[in-house]
Amino acid sequence: MLNIENLHVTVAGREVLKGINLSIEAGKVHAIMGPNGSGKSTLSYVLAGREGYDITGGKVAFMGQDLLQMAPEDRASAGLFLAFQYPVEIPGVSTTTFLKTAINALRKKRGEKELEPVQFLKLQKEKLTQLGMDPEMLKRGVNVGFSGGEKKRNEVLQMAMLEPKLAILDETDSGLDIDALKTVAEGVNNLRSPTRSFLIITHYQRLLNYIKPDVVHVLARGKIQKTGGPELALLLEEQGYAGFYGDGEAA
Amino acid sequence: MPISNETLQTVQSLGQKYAAGFITDIESDLAPKGLNEEIVRFISAKKGEPQWLLDLRLQAYRHWLTMPEPQWSKVSFPTIDYQDAFYYAAPKSASKLKNLNELDPKLLETYKKLGIPLREQEMLAGVAVDAVFDSVSIVTTFRENLRKAGVIFCPISEAVQKYPELVKKYMGSVVPYTDNKHACLNIAVFTDGTFVYIPEGVRCPMELSTYFRINEAKTGQFERTLIVAEKGSYVSYLEGCSAPQRDENQMHAAVVELIAMDDAEIKYSTIQNWYPGDEEGKGGIYNFVTKRGICKGARSKISWTQVETGSAITWKYPSCILQGNDSIGEFYSVALTNHYQQADTGTKMIHLGKNTKSRIISKGISAGKSNNTYRGLVRVSSKAKQARNYTQCDSLLIGKTCGAHTVPYIENKNPTAIIEHEASTSKIGADQLFYCRQRGISQEEAVTLIVNGFCREVLQHLPMEFAVEAQKLVAISLEGSVG
Ligand SMILES: Nc1ncnc2c1ncn2[C@@H]1O[C@H](COP(=O)(O)OP(=O)(O)O)[C@@H](O)[C@H]1O
Ligand SMILES: [Mg+2]
Repeated sequence: MLNIENLHVTVAGREVLKGINLSIEAGKVHAIMGPNGSGKSTLSYVLAGREGYDITGGKVAFMGQDLLQMAPEDRASAGLFLAFQYPVEIPGVSTTTFLKTAINALRKKRGEKELEPVQFLKLQKEKLTQLGMDPEMLKRGVNVGFSGGEKKRNEVLQMAMLEPKLAILDETDSGLDIDALKTVAEGVNNLRSPTRSFLIITHYQRLLNYIKPDVVHVLARGKIQKTGGPELALLLEEQGYAGFYGDGEAA
Repeated sequence: MPISNETLQTVQSLGQKYAAGFITDIESDLAPKGLNEEIVRFISAKKGEPQWLLDLRLQAYRHWLTMPEPQWSKVSFPTIDYQDAFYYAAPKSASKLKNLNELDPKLLETYKKLGIPLREQEMLAGVAVDAVFDSVSIVTTFRENLRKAGVIFCPISEAVQKYPELVKKYMGSVVPYTDNKHACLNIAVFTDGTFVYIPEGVRCPMELSTYFRINEAKTGQFERTLIVAEKGSYVSYLEGCSAPQRDENQMHAAVVELIAMDDAEIKYSTIQNWYPGDEEGKGGIYNFVTKRGICKGARSKISWTQVETGSAITWKYPSCILQGNDSIGEFYSVALTNHYQQADTGTKMIHLGKNTKSRIISKGISAGKSNNTYRGLVRVSSKAKQARNYTQCDSLLIGKTCGAHTVPYIENKNPTAIIEHEASTSKIGADQLFYCRQRGISQEEAVTLIVNGFCREVLQHLPMEFAVEAQKLVAISLEGSVG
């Protein structure tokens, strides 16, 4: 599904990712944990195609395509989805309009017919109910006046509607109370399938109690320092990140 | 985060070109070139007008000669050579027209291409159209249906003949010829326009509209619209317009007067799509328009909604005189400028009666090297107890080479008045665009989505039939918006 080889990325003149290697197979859930500033969001943005990052080395293959050559919207239609750490507000554009535009843009790129309005509304209602969201939210401008938790739920709603092949969740758990966390986890678990993969970026182990990862990576100082099973997350929770900096670079 | 080059380039290639820029090849009956008393008499004679109107025209013309050009707006252009234009142009075939079947097929085709089919069965249900081509009204549809409801909807030149008392009573009563130079020229040389009269207690059963088309080269268009809504009546009226793509600047100086009696409501919408000039600022219409309504009666309401995407220069301030107690004035505006376009637009809310309310929502979008100014006056007279105004002016900038300006004037002579003003300036953020693109929405579609979101509060005040068209126009007008 996704294969990252020796990825080096410089941001504002500083090397933030210093040779990332990561391979995700179809149907697998990978988690990346790491301290603040270790480059987690940078990795997710680079995969999604945000501007402003200098890719100085390495390559990324997604579904057999050279991901780094693709425009962001083409990555999306190839099946890549990013749940943003800080979702953006779009005043005056209702969430429903936004979702409809997105779904139909994706379908068009894939050579499919636009969804009938009735089909769309049915799908939206179904997903909304699953996530326990207030239908009123859909009428408001995208993320405008949403609480932190509502914004994160909105990201999960979009993921559920757009049905990606690979979903990257960048700290979707931060700022959520325990109920919201469970709903978000349920949203993800409902979508798990043998053909869909997840890359779950988190600062805390908490979310991984509800979404069982297949593989856990520790990202620190721009490199994956350790890879293991779910037990690695628990170990991190106990010991903190200090032991994982490697190369005797520990602070 | 600043907007990237890529964004600017995409915005530049947005949409299609100005779609209404074609020329209809048709033989015209022209007045001799230039402007003088003979021309004023020529126009009046063409229309077979009564003496009082000719006298009014001549009086206005003589006054016009003494008036200075308005200097206070933030627009610049070379001095206008008033002698280098034609003040009357009419398709030859239109003069002897009796019904639609006799209309030159070229004219029918023109309107069809503009999305305004004139045959009633092809039209939007519920919308009546007066089609003005250069200096004359060529067709007015659904007149019979309207007449049954008691509504008069006809070319103003015809109203002068058929309803002289009404026209004489109201024409110039809201915008006198002494008001400003452009309005003064208008009354001297106006050639046509629309007259609407809604009798007491009647709710006009259809949307009324006028479509103004300039076709002939080197001509100006000077039309007048007069709408009178008697007690307790209601009317929604919409005007649209367009012109061919030409290298020269053409002048359009219209006057619109609205009169609302007790409990009457007039909703006036404009979708202004005059040719804006090319990417280098060559050509385009000078749109110098005076629009004013008076809420004469108690509890009357006048609501202006405008979407201004065209014209090289837009100079217009649709205003409300709130004379009746408890009357309401509203102004909802989207002004979009691109390339070298200049817009200086806004409103005047003149509070005279007690408990009068006004609401101003202005959305300015500037791109390219354009300049976009909101200019608004809120005046509360000493007698206007408990007057209220709310003003909100938002500007959206695309790129770094455009300008947005907000010039609010407040003159308050009554301490019980409450006047609120809010203003904001924002940019289309790279983050917003990336968010959309991550969801699969292309850059062009994202810009359109964001801009339409920005305008939503205004666009939702348009009659439903036209809201979608306005959204599309906003998207198309962003074409080539690079600095
Ligand atoms: N646009 C930017 N400009 C300058 N520095 C940046 C930018 N984006 C990220 N960085 C820096 O890169 C490092 C990694 O940031 P980030 O990927 O956001 O970390 P994380 O998500 O793991 O907290 C940090 O030191 C951060 O300050
Ligand atoms: Mg982060």
